[in-house]
Amino acid sequence: MANEIAVKNFYQQSTNKHTGILSWLLTKDHKRIGLMYMMAIMSFFVVGMIIGLLMRLELIAPGRTIMNAQTYNTLFTLHGVIMIFLFIIPGLPAIFGNFFLPIQIGAADVAFPRLNLLSWYIYMIGATLVIVSLFLPGGPIDTGWTFYIPYSIRSTTNVSMALFAAFVLGFSSILTGINFITTVHRLRAPGMGFFKMPLFVWATYATAWIQIIATPVIAITILLVIIERAFGVGIFDPALGGDPILFQHMFWIYSHPAVYIMILPAMGVVSEIIPTFSRRTIFGYKQIAYSSLAIAFIGYLVWAHHMFSSGMSDTARWIFSLLTFIVALPSGVKIFNWVATMYKGSIDPQPPFLWVMNFIFLFSIGGLTGLVLGSLATDIHLTDTYFVVAHFHYVMFGGTGTIFFAALHYWFPKMFGRMYNMKFARIAVVLYFIGFNMLYFPKFIMGYMGMPRRYYDYLPQFTPYQRISTIGSWILVGTIFFIFGYLIHALRKGKKATSNPWGGVTMEWHIPSPPPLENFKTIPTVTHEPYDFSQLKEMKNE
Amino acid sequence: MSGNNKHHISYGTYIIVWLALLAFTSLTVTIAGVNLGRYTLFIALSIAAIKSALVINIFMHIKFDEPIFKVFLGISGSTLFIIFLLTFFDYIYR
Amino acid sequence: MSDHQEAAVHQLHRDDAGARMGMWLFLFTEVLLFGGMFLVYAVYRYQYPDQFHLAARELNTTLGTLNTIILLTSSLTVALSIAALQNGNKFLSLILLSATLLFALTFMVIKYFEWTTKIAHGIYPGSPELLTKPNGQILFFGLYYVMTGLHGLHVLVGMVVISFMIVFIARDKVTPDNYVKLENSGLYWHLVDLIWIFLFPLFYLIQ
Ligand code: HEM
Ligand SMILES: [Cu+2]
Repeated sequence: MANEIAVKNFYQQSTNKHTGILSWLLTKDHKRIGLMYMMAIMSFFVVGMIIGLLMRLELIAPGRTIMNAQTYNTLFTLHGVIMIFLFIIPGLPAIFGNFFLPIQIGAADVAFPRLNLLSWYIYMIGATLVIVSLFLPGGPIDTGWTFYIPYSIRSTTNVSMALFAAFVLGFSSILTGINFITTVHRLRAPGMGFFKMPLFVWATYATAWIQIIATPVIAITILLVIIERAFGVGIFDPALGGDPILFQHMFWIYSHPAVYIMILPAMGVVSEIIPTFSRRTIFGYKQIAYSSLAIAFIGYLVWAHHMFSSGMSDTARWIFSLLTFIVALPSGVKIFNWVATMYKGSIDPQPPFLWVMNFIFLFSIGGLTGLVLGSLATDIHLTDTYFVVAHFHYVMFGGTGTIFFAALHYWFPKMFGRMYNMKFARIAVVLYFIGFNMLYFPKFIMGYMGMPRRYYDYLPQFTPYQRISTIGSWILVGTIFFIFGYLIHALRKGKKATSNPWGGVTMEWHIPSPPPLENFKTIPTVTHEPYDFSQLKEMKNE
Repeated sequence: MSGNNKHHISYGTYIIVWLALLAFTSLTVTIAGVNLGRYTLFIALSIAAIKSALVINIFMHIKFDEPIFKVFLGISGSTLFIIFLLTFFDYIYR
Repeated sequence: MSDHQEAAVHQLHRDDAGARMGMWLFLFTEVLLFGGMFLVYAVYRYQYPDQFHLAARELNTTLGTLNTIILLTSSLTVALSIAALQNGNKFLSLILLSATLLFALTFMVIKYFEWTTKIAHGIYPGSPELLTKPNGQILFFGLYYVMTGLHGLHVLVGMVVISFMIVFIARDKVTPDNYVKLENSGLYWHLVDLIWIFLFPLFYLIQ
């Protein structure tokens, strides 16, 4: 665009009359809100990581090393709660969804900008409650992030407060979901039919549905436990006739779909990055779009695979085992489509693309070991061992966490208008890969050998594996700080980014980097298919 | 003005629906007094379902609103149904 | 970029259908929230059918029926008040909304007496009296208090919302051609009614 320089970006302009910090705290602009989420979420990620490091340090040698058993209990609980509720569930939708969903459908903002800001505040309140619960008398919660009954009723730690925090965070998640669904239905630019939407939008849309439909179930479950603790009402407590397994059902009715809240947006990001760096339209656009919805739907039918050894009925056990295998199908469809897109494309291995390669490798390991756990017979052997710990770190961290970095590297130039050091970024990919596998792969082996999860101590024969794992944690965390380092450096010193540094064709690459306050000078009319790379020539001439 | 609800329902329709709701209420209370064994629950819930259909369609205008809302309603309704169904696979066969 | 443009873009263009869509989505979350409780109810009723029958005998069907009628009528008055506003009859709309508020209040008063009588009989969560009863009955009364209590909380929220609407209409913030706020409040109120439509037979009518 010729007059690009004349356009003030959203850092220079605000939706309100304030300047400085208030112009952020009172903003209704989806981009600023996205960045505010980014600040908060990354801070909690760092906290969670440091707790992870401490746990790994404890496990460097058998016996008590740096902490006692109770401290370890509270640490893994906190680590789980922070990573799940504060980092990985809101991570992609709240940061990148907020920033890019409206832009990618050609809208000026989300449907309810004020509600969007409110969601951020509710998130912050929830996060504050988590932190406050640590310091109140009673002490930090030690139930594990799953809050299983009856221990969560009996524990004298601040369970109610932490549960309430999760309730509040859920509320934030619901409001974001409502906002995104309405935005997609009501604010698409002229010409932007449902099947012209970028796949990240599709994925975020499907995710928003899960947020709306699943979160209330955990909300009420949590509320019931709080009420039970406060008033001694009989609901789940077996001493009063309640059924602890019912709690597990209700917990997983949310928490299994929640893993799709985590992974679907990540798959959406992959579907953006692969075409851009293969210069080729995505293979099987509609299949990928539909498979997002299919995953969202089938994701509902499998929750009790977390409960094979809980004492539920045999019929339920084989039904849920069967259903679990079905959910692998739509994920498989996506993987095949991604690979088919790359086939005969002209691949440009820039850092975002390399991150995606990292993802495909790590997520495949996570997904395949998921099948091992999903089949009834093997799960009975492996449940509650390190095998499970390894599996969920591979899917959540190796899957969504890796894509978090991919998205960061892909959209960084657009969000901040600067480029980072490409060489550093390539090195980081490799180090991350090494650190990650050193940290978590030994856990598969230990789990297979019978090392149970949630223990601060272990038998001597596990020592070599535990040590490799701990060293891996140093490499991984070091790499992540390295990434933060060069990105923060790039914020100030990086080369100025052009409006389209990667040669992408979705809407965000049509506008300046960073985007102007109103995103588009006039609401655009969409004529091209979402991944039609023949537009690139026109875009250069714009 | 975009999307203002164009369809106006008359006072009369609302009152008729209300009378129907009251009639169903007395019906369900009466039936509850009769011993129908295992059908009691089924009948009570069916009547509740009819009543809620009336409220949703007329009082809440879903019949006259954007068609997509009905799809949404279907999604949340079937989700609820699935949750019940699958949970009971555990309890019925225990 | 001119200031004019900044104002133009971020000036929320009004989208009533969008606002209603947001409200419906919110209502679905409420439905699923209560749905979770109904699931708990269903499981325990399935496990303790006889105890549930015995325990339900202690509830006052007459008061339950009365409250059902009151709530249904309040739903009617909300619906009518929207129709009145659509027809440009601000005064009638205000009257009908006030009636709704009055019905809601009556509902809560009756609920209050129902609860206090139960409590006076020593039936409340954790009471020594209740703990002597079999497990199924403890669960029944636990659910009774929690479910009607949470429903009551929704009634209270609804009352606050309707009070705001009364003020908005009086001050012409909600008008015959911009009344989506009132519509959404009405939707919320109907939902409160809907939930009661199911609570009523499940607690009061299982003799
Ligand atoms: C530097 C990164 C990380 C390290 C060193 C780390 C390490 C650990 C360790 C040692 C445990 C305890 C295993 C046990 O004793 O049972 C654990 C548990 C867990 N981690 Fe991580 N982790 C990291 C990142 C993450 C991320 C990114 C996520 C989520 C996205 C995550 C989610 C969890 C969860 C949910 C648990 C289970 C907590 C529980 O048992 O209640 N972790 N992690
Ligand atoms: Cu699962």
